[in-house]
Amino acid sequence: MLYRENGQFKTSYRADLQIFPILQDRVVIGLLLALAFVAVPLLADEYLLRAILIPFLILSLAALGLNVLVGYCGQISLGAGAFMAVGAYAAYNFFVRVDGMPMPLALLLGGICATLVGILFGLPSLRIKGLYLAVTTLAAQFFVDWTFLRIGWFTNHTPSGSVSVAGLSFFGLPVETPLQKYLFCLGAVCLFALMVKNLVRGHIGREWMAIRDMDVAAAVIGIRPVYAKLSAFAVSSFIIGVAGALWAFVYLGSWEPAAFNINRSFDLLFMIIIGGLGSVMGSFFGAAFIVLLPIVLDQLLPALGGMAGIAVDTATVAHVVYMIFGALIVFFLVVEPHGLARLWSIGKEKLRLWPFPH
Amino acid sequence: MGFFIETVFGGLMAGMLYSLIALGFVLIFKASGVFNFAQGAMVLFAALAMARLSEWAPEVLGFESKVLADLLGFGGAILVMVLVAWLVEKLVLGRLVNQEGITLLMATLGIAYFLDGFGQTVFGSDIYKIDIGLPKDPLFLFESVFEGGVLINKEDLYAAAIAAALVLLLSLFFQYTGTGRALRAVADDHQAAQSIGIPLSRIWVIVWSVAGFVALVAGIIWGSKLGVQFSLSLVALKALPVVILGGLTSVPGAIVGGLIIGVGEKVAEIYLGPLVGGGIEIWFGYVLVLFVLLVRPQGLFGEKIIDRV
Repeated sequence: MLYRENGQFKTSYRADLQIFPILQDRVVIGLLLALAFVAVPLLADEYLLRAILIPFLILSLAALGLNVLVGYCGQISLGAGAFMAVGAYAAYNFFVRVDGMPMPLALLLGGICATLVGILFGLPSLRIKGLYLAVTTLAAQFFVDWTFLRIGWFTNHTPSGSVSVAGLSFFGLPVETPLQKYLFCLGAVCLFALMVKNLVRGHIGREWMAIRDMDVAAAVIGIRPVYAKLSAFAVSSFIIGVAGALWAFVYLGSWEPAAFNINRSFDLLFMIIIGGLGSVMGSFFGAAFIVLLPIVLDQLLPALGGMAGIAVDTATVAHVVYMIFGALIVFFLVVEPHGLARLWSIGKEKLRLWPFPH
Repeated sequence: MGFFIETVFGGLMAGMLYSLIALGFVLIFKASGVFNFAQGAMVLFAALAMARLSEWAPEVLGFESKVLADLLGFGGAILVMVLVAWLVEKLVLGRLVNQEGITLLMATLGIAYFLDGFGQTVFGSDIYKIDIGLPKDPLFLFESVFEGGVLINKEDLYAAAIAAALVLLLSLFFQYTGTGRALRAVADDHQAAQSIGIPLSRIWVIVWSVAGFVALVAGIIWGSKLGVQFSLSLVALKALPVVILGGLTSVPGAIVGGLIIGVGEKVAEIYLGPLVGGGIEIWFGYVLVLFVLLVRPQGLFGEKIIDRV
């Protein structure tokens, strides 16, 4: 009754091609944006912004980037953390070494460096496929980890590669308090989400999906695998690089290479699998799930233990969190292998027939 | 020259141990097409079970003998791994039949997280010792040929011998027993195997049990070298390039790949490492594999990948 496209006629190509063709979808998205841009800054306290919303936004951005590569183009990558690291350290070097470098430009340049590295490590994908490719992307992970740990130039010769930035500003506006940081990240995420959404529904996205579904067949019908695969690597690592730079600059402030280790890559992969491969919405769902789960478990377990009269020490909590995390991932994969995004679209289909299903 | 040979020997020994872990990967991939990221966690879990059970057994049952305790621990750990295999088949793989490779891969990552957490919750997270009485004294070889001879750890030699024996045992098992033949049939073609009456689910339990057994042996050997602790499950990351280098479907490939990467790593670390700042062991295997795959995309001994439209 509420959610139905009956009576909404498209009278121009423009109307037919919009991202959200159904009025109710546009209303919901508008409300969501209003919530994010207006309500949250008014209502949220500092802890919520700093510990949950900012990491959620930045990791959604990284997941979005990874989803372009894995979900849309079908090239499994276990090295996403490496591209985050490249983005972060490249942005750091531009920011520190060039006088008067504005922060947004440094972030974008970091993304461009990640793009170049991404294309370099994407080259083998022209010949290596599937699981073999997945393992070789780990080469990027370990090589980049090592580079920032051992080659002092990249980290301004600081011991153990730990660096920090301060005095962030966005064209004169300071980005210092959690609220300002939140708004800055939100703006960036909205911009990139719009960009990705438009890319994947244009011709280039169709090429990626054709390659994903079967690359030989795609080549036969005239799609250039070289161009499609490398462009996916480029776009994906650009976004991941910017996300990495944001993670370092805005969220962490000071960081070392371990912030982008292999667990970060696995986390990103979990996000897109649980959220839904090949879905922009799914990247956000997955990031929310993976960011929130450990926080919730951390709070919940000692409380539960207290209720049951067992003193739970922090080491045990950490192990049990691991355990539940793993079990939930398996559970989600078993129940809904296509991720939360599929649940979302099933929900929408059901809503369409509500309250009178066939 | 003596030093070079020593390095190569060290590499061969390390490589043999990588192969042990790689073997677990290959077994499971062959039989079920699952790239089992949980192999490292299984190594840790099995080693933890063995270390703790052999510690608890004398206390509970009230006997002194060290050998008996080790044997009980070993047997108990095998039982635990069979149970894990059965549960994995029942709860995870059996429900994910016909899903894409990446979904299965992520499921095994989930299993890995679970086993890591579960093992350390149940068995504790300190560093435990496994000591099955391998001699630890160093051995000097070729003293007549080179000055100072070649230093080899006796423990490494025994470990390599155990690994070799295990590989031999497994290949005999695969070649000559009925179950082994069924396993090879499943590896060749799931559907064909099923159509002649081989029960897939039972085969999967068997394969995961065998992989669990291999993990246990790897865990004992690594554990007696490094101590049983969390870092054991990261050893699997060193074994990944080995699997890929040898080819995902090839048991001999796992062995040869392990030896190549073991030697390559050590030699590169010592002769190339100082030039670029050291610590290149971490990525050397991966980069080596990257270049080999560019020439042979299916690894050294893997089945050729043929794409059909």
